[in-house]
Amino acid sequence: MTTVAASKRGFDIPALLAWFIVAMVMVGLFMPIFSPDIGVMDVPRLSICLVILAIAGVRYELGFMRNWIGDLILGLVTAIAAWLLISTVSDHAGEAALGFWALMAATWAASWLFVERLAIWKSSSPLAARLINLAIPTLFGFTLLVLWQLIVVGAGVPKVLLPAPSEIWIRLTTSVPILWADFQQTFLKAVLAGYFIGCGSAFVVAILVDRVPFLRRGLLPIGNLVSALPIIGVAPIMVMWFGFDWPSKAAVVIIMTFFPMLVNTVSGLAASDAMQRDLMRTYASSYWQTLFKLRLPMAMPFIFNALKINSTLALIGAIVAEFFGTPIVGMGFRISTEVGRLNVDMVWAEIAVAALAGSLFYGVVAMLERAVTFWHPSMRT
Amino acid sequence: MTDATHSSPRSINPFAGLMSGTVGPVIVVVLVILAIWYISAVALNTPFQKGLYERASRTDVPVSQLITDTLAQERPVLPAPHQVIVEIWKTTVQKKITSKRSLVFHTGITLSSTLLGFLLGTTLGILLSIGIVHSRVLDKSLMPWVISSQTIPILAIAPMIIVVLNAVGISGLLPKAMISTYLSFFPVTVGMVKGLRSPEVIHMDLMHTYSASRIQAFWKLRLPYAVPYLFTSMKIGMAASLVGAIVGELPTGAVAGLGARLLAGSYYGQTVQIWSALLMAAFLAGSLVALIGVLEKITLKRMGMAR
Repeated sequence: MTTVAASKRGFDIPALLAWFIVAMVMVGLFMPIFSPDIGVMDVPRLSICLVILAIAGVRYELGFMRNWIGDLILGLVTAIAAWLLISTVSDHAGEAALGFWALMAATWAASWLFVERLAIWKSSSPLAARLINLAIPTLFGFTLLVLWQLIVVGAGVPKVLLPAPSEIWIRLTTSVPILWADFQQTFLKAVLAGYFIGCGSAFVVAILVDRVPFLRRGLLPIGNLVSALPIIGVAPIMVMWFGFDWPSKAAVVIIMTFFPMLVNTVSGLAASDAMQRDLMRTYASSYWQTLFKLRLPMAMPFIFNALKINSTLALIGAIVAEFFGTPIVGMGFRISTEVGRLNVDMVWAEIAVAALAGSLFYGVVAMLERAVTFWHPSMRT
Repeated sequence: MTDATHSSPRSINPFAGLMSGTVGPVIVVVLVILAIWYISAVALNTPFQKGLYERASRTDVPVSQLITDTLAQERPVLPAPHQVIVEIWKTTVQKKITSKRSLVFHTGITLSSTLLGFLLGTTLGILLSIGIVHSRVLDKSLMPWVISSQTIPILAIAPMIIVVLNAVGISGLLPKAMISTYLSFFPVTVGMVKGLRSPEVIHMDLMHTYSASRIQAFWKLRLPYAVPYLFTSMKIGMAASLVGAIVGELPTGAVAGLGARLLAGSYYGQTVQIWSALLMAAFLAGSLVALIGVLEKITLKRMGMAR
């Protein structure tokens, strides 16, 4: 189906991209690179960049070496071009002109072309296929970072508005102790405690609710409604009740994680069908045996779905709750005060830590899910 | 569980009919929650009230007096439901809509940025999903980032986005709406990718035998198939964008909006105000989601897909 559709489309994206690279290189050749009339020939490093990009584009266009070696060379050329652009622009911050943007666009198109070629690689082994599937999003992320760096430095975007990734990285590496203290306060204390208490209690309540049909019919619609509500609004109340330190944040996290877990676990416990339950009855198994041997395993995909949703909700809840009052440590506190002092690079460093923590948390839950529900169809690949 | 469904029709108890549906149990649970609310309001407010009595050196206060006093405090730790209702009534019906003390005024501000953000987010989500479904490279490169974009606690940087955009001169509705957009595009993208891929292979093959182009296949097969998914994810997106709008209002210096009401309430210890804003937000979320539910029903009925 895909091959038919591709041929019917009439144009192919890789060829277009290669033409685009060549066109952009031509623009870069004749237009000023940096604003007070500096041509590309005055900056040797950029001339190298221009030449290799031109060769790469023309090579693809002529159909020369359209195999994996050519693709790897293209990737290498793109990486070198990006590095050359980054290293040059730092000497001419805020002076980039049309030619520079053209070169940047050419580099971007080259990386897109590389990814486009990478996506159609046929690999024999599953390991290589997995590596490629990992490499493509990583390359995409790198491209975004490079573009961010080039645009911010090249156009001279004020640091208050958006700092360059390099500045954020420097700030991140120089203020590790502060970030670690914030991380401890917010993540290790508030988020983890709230997450485990919230999910655990919701799990117990779900089993209770499942035993009593009356409760199930009464609580589930309310649980569904509550999961649509902006629960984060209870944060000021919790801060008022439990004080400024981490217990109030943990309380917000508990409330936020409770209902998704409850609703998902209850619907998961109903996931086993009558046939399977009948089989358990023919084995004369008790309620608890049925629960542990059939219904809980069947409910695991649902439960892990809730655990994954909650892993991001918990972090958000704890950070936002810190906006309403906190001791002088914590990620939310740091973000709100550093915004006030216009130390935006510190804020971004904190966000990077939060994003990393959130992704790792999610990743750990996803790996646990893989280990526990290995039998589920969606896990068999 | 099976026993209950078997026994209920035979029962002669008039309540059995009511209690076997969902309406009866829901009412009972709501009443229980209200009762717990009242009891805990009394329990939580008692220490403060006792302190008041001590200072007024009144020793022999009857329990009934204590209870009524705890339910009528000016700034209770936990306001009783009727206090909140009265506050909502006072600030919605008895105030002019243009007044800054009117809750309707604040709700309107939150609502407008929610809706704008929701529209932008839904549009972005649909466009992204169309791209992802039709391009292999986008699917492989963009989809993982769409998912990991949600592990970034965007709500945490909402204040910064607002402050920074204000510094550049963009203020008002758009910054708040951008946060709502970020939160609401994700469910729509994921849901629509699933929906646009839901036509079976046999149907896609049929389109091929008709020599349908990709665009025709999209309009005539993929899009109709994706509509139920769209509505489901729009409900989630709407709830998320309301959260985004409320959090987006926190740092604007408590000017206007439900989030600003929350923040002002927490600064001045006006618990009744916090709770009324909270209930209003809950009501808003509920009615917006219900509205999408109604739209869903009408659309699916017209498309002949109603279940």
